[in-house]
Amino acid sequence: MTMEFKTISNGEAIPIESIPHLPFDEFSAQATAIVSGGGKVVQFFAFKIDGAVRLMAVLRTDALLAASCDSPESYPALTAQCSPFHMFEREIAEQYGIRPEGHPWLKMVRYHANCRDVDDVFGNDYSEDIPGKYDYYSVAGDEIHEVAVGPVHAGVIEPGHFRFNCIGERVLNLEIQLGYQHRGVENLLLKADSRRLPFIAENIAGDTSVGHSLCHAQAMEALAGIRTDDGSRIIRTIGLELERIANHVGDLGALSGDVAFLPPANYCGRMRGDFLNMSLLLCGNRFGKGLVRPGGVRFPMDDDNRRDLTARISELKPQVKHVFALLFNSPSVRSRFERCGAVSRSDAETLGLVGPAGRACGIAYDVRRCFPTEQYGRLDIPENAESTGDVWARAKVRVDEVMQSIEIIESLLSNPVETEIVDVSENRMAPDSFVVTLNEAWRGELSHCLLTDSSGGILRYKVKDPSFHNWNGLSMSLRNTGISDFPLNNKSYNLSYCGFDL
Amino acid sequence: MLNVLKNRFEQGCKTSTYPKENIRLLPRYRGRPKINPDAPPDVAAACATACPQEAIDPAAKTIDMGRCVFCGTCERISRSRFVAFTQDFSIAVAEKEHLITAGDIPDLAAHSRQHFKKLFGRSLQLRQVSAAGCNACEADLNVLATPFFDLARFGINFVASPRHADGIVVTGPISRNMKTALLQTYEATPEPRAVIAVGSCALTGGPFRGSPEITEGLDTLLPVDLFIPGCPPHPMTNLHALLTFFK
Ligand code: SF4
Ligand code: SF4
Repeated sequence: MTMEFKTISNGEAIPIESIPHLPFDEFSAQATAIVSGGGKVVQFFAFKIDGAVRLMAVLRTDALLAASCDSPESYPALTAQCSPFHMFEREIAEQYGIRPEGHPWLKMVRYHANCRDVDDVFGNDYSEDIPGKYDYYSVAGDEIHEVAVGPVHAGVIEPGHFRFNCIGERVLNLEIQLGYQHRGVENLLLKADSRRLPFIAENIAGDTSVGHSLCHAQAMEALAGIRTDDGSRIIRTIGLELERIANHVGDLGALSGDVAFLPPANYCGRMRGDFLNMSLLLCGNRFGKGLVRPGGVRFPMDDDNRRDLTARISELKPQVKHVFALLFNSPSVRSRFERCGAVSRSDAETLGLVGPAGRACGIAYDVRRCFPTEQYGRLDIPENAESTGDVWARAKVRVDEVMQSIEIIESLLSNPVETEIVDVSENRMAPDSFVVTLNEAWRGELSHCLLTDSSGGILRYKVKDPSFHNWNGLSMSLRNTGISDFPLNNKSYNLSYCGFDL
Repeated sequence: MLNVLKNRFEQGCKTSTYPKENIRLLPRYRGRPKINPDAPPDVAAACATACPQEAIDPAAKTIDMGRCVFCGTCERISRSRFVAFTQDFSIAVAEKEHLITAGDIPDLAAHSRQHFKKLFGRSLQLRQVSAAGCNACEADLNVLATPFFDLARFGINFVASPRHADGIVVTGPISRNMKTALLQTYEATPEPRAVIAVGSCALTGGPFRGSPEITEGLDTLLPVDLFIPGCPPHPMTNLHALLTFFK
C-alpha cells in the first residue's frame, strides 16, 4: 500500500485541495495502518463543505500527516481495529450524526444535538434536560457497590460526573461523563465577529489561556500570511512557560495536600500565586489573558519589566527547589506516590496519552521538541520520560519541567526584548485553506485546526485540548486502585473539564 | 524535620495585612475604569467599535463592567483619553445597574444587606458552583485559601455541601447542561441564602455571549445579591467584596 497521506507542517497554511481526498475505504485503511504502526491521532473530525460532509484526519508519526474523505452516513468504525480513534469517532457521531458501526463504546461525549438536524446517534431528545440520563457501565455481583459523584463536586472545582464500580475499597471501573461545561465554543467561533475570536479562544480553558491563544494566533497568522517578530516570539514563549510553571507548582502543592503533608501544600499554593503574578506583570492578567494576539503580543517587555521578572524568578528559584526537595524526600510522601494509579506504557499508547501524563509512562513526545513553534526550535527541551506511570512519575515529570521552564525563562530574559505590539488587527485570511497548529501546553499536545471557505471566512474551527486524550488515562489509573486514592490520582493529572467540553 | 523547619524559615510569613493596610497591585493590573466625560465623541465611538464585548455606550459615555473583560483595548485605542484603568480593585456592586459606570462605583458597604451582616458577619460558609466558564474564576476563588489571602482568618470558608452553606458563589455562563444542577444546589441551600455572581460569564455570559448553549446572566435565573466583575476578578476584588458586603 503506498502512503497517500500528505506530510504537512505545524502552523503552515495550505490549500484544502492540496490535501489528498481519498475514497473512504482507502482513507480508513491508511489511517488505521499509520496509527497501528505507532502513529497518533492529532485531529480527526467532520466538516461540511459544498453541502457534503467530509472527514479530516491529522495524524503524527515523526511527521504530521493529513488526508480527507467523503463521509458516509454510517461507516465501519476505525476504533474497532485501532483504539486511539475512540474518542474522536464518538465526537464525530455527536457533532454530525454520523454513525461509526461496530464502535465498541458508542456513547455521547458532551450531550448536545448534532449540527445537521439529523437523527441523534444516541437517541437523545435535547429539548429535555439530558445530562445524567444514561445507563452507566455497571458491574454485577453481590459485593459490588457504586459510588456516584458530581456534577457538583465538594470543592471549588469544575463539574463532571464520576461513576465508580467498586468491590470493597477497590475500584473495578471508573466511568467519567462530562459535558456539563459545554458552551458551544466551536460553533461560537464560526459565528462571532472576528474581533471576538481571540477572546473566545483564550477562554476555552482559563488555566491554558496562553496555550489556546497561541494555537489560535498561529493559525490566524498562517492563514493571513503574517510574520511575527523575534521579540514577540520570546514573550509568547515566556508566557507559555510561566503558565506551565504556575500550574505544575499548584498541582504539586495539591498533591502534597492530598497526602496530608501540609507545609509544601501551602508553600506551593503561595508560590503558584507568585508565578501567576508574573503573568500579571507581563500583561495585566494573572492567567496571561490578552497577552497573545494574532500578529504578536499586546504588551511590550521593557527593561524594567525584564529586570523585575528576572529578580522575581531568581528569588523564587531556590525556594521552589527546596520545597520540591522537601516533598520528594519525605518517606511518607514517596510511599503514597509510588505505585499509586500506575498506567502501563502500552495502555498509555493505546489511549493516546499526551503531555506529562504520557511522559510519566515513558512516551517522551513533547511538541516543543518534535514540532517546535515560537522560540522552541532554538531551545533544548529534554525528554523527561519516566517509566513507572504512577502518581510519583507524573509528579516527577512536573517537577523536572518546572525547573527546566525556569531555566528557559532565565535564558530568554538575559537579552533585551524588542517587539512591535499589536492590537486589533483585521486579518484577511486565505480562502479555501487549511491550517493545523500544535503547541505543548502544560497538559500536553494542544491543537487548533481551521478550514476557510471560498471567501476567506471560517468554514470549520476544530479545537482539541490535551484533556481530550487524557481523561481516559485517569480512568485507567483507577483500575484496581483504592477509591480513597482517587483525589490523589485526579490531582496528578488535573485535567480540564471546560477544555474537554468546549 | 530539620528540612521542614528550614523551609518554614525560608518561606517566612506571607499573609497579607489587608484590610488593615491597603495593597498595591502591579502596574499593568486593570481595575476600576475611569472615564473622561469630555472625550471627543469619535474617540468614544472608536472604543465602542473595538470593544470585543460591546460593553461601551459611547453616547452615555459609560462602561458596562458586567460585560467588560478588562482587556484594556479601549484604554489603548483612546490612549487613555476616553478610558483609563485604575489600580482600584474594589469594583463589586450590589445592584446590577451599578455595573454600568462612568467611573464611580457606589459604596458597596452602603448597599449591603443588613440582615446578612447580622447573620453572617462572623461566620460565612459558601458553596461554590462552577457552571461552564473557563475555570480561571474558580482558580482565583481557590487562591483565597492560600496563605497570602487566608480567607479563613475572616471566618469565611468554602464548604463541601450546599446544606452547610449560607450562600452560593456562581461562576461561568451557566450552560444548558449545568442549569439543573445549579438550581438544585440553590434549592438545597437553607434560607436565608446569599447568591454571589463572580466574573463576566456569570454576570452577562462574558466572552461566550451569543452562544445558544449558555445563559446571559445568572440574574435571569436567580436573585443575585452581589455582582463581582472581572475576567476573572482579581482575588483582592473577591476578598474586598466578601469583607465589605458581609462583615
Ligand atoms: S476593557 Fe472592557 S470596555 Fe474596554 S475594550 Fe475591553 S472589554 Fe471593552
Ligand atoms: S468570567 Fe472570564 S475568567 Fe471567569 S469563567 Fe468567564 S471567561 Fe473565565
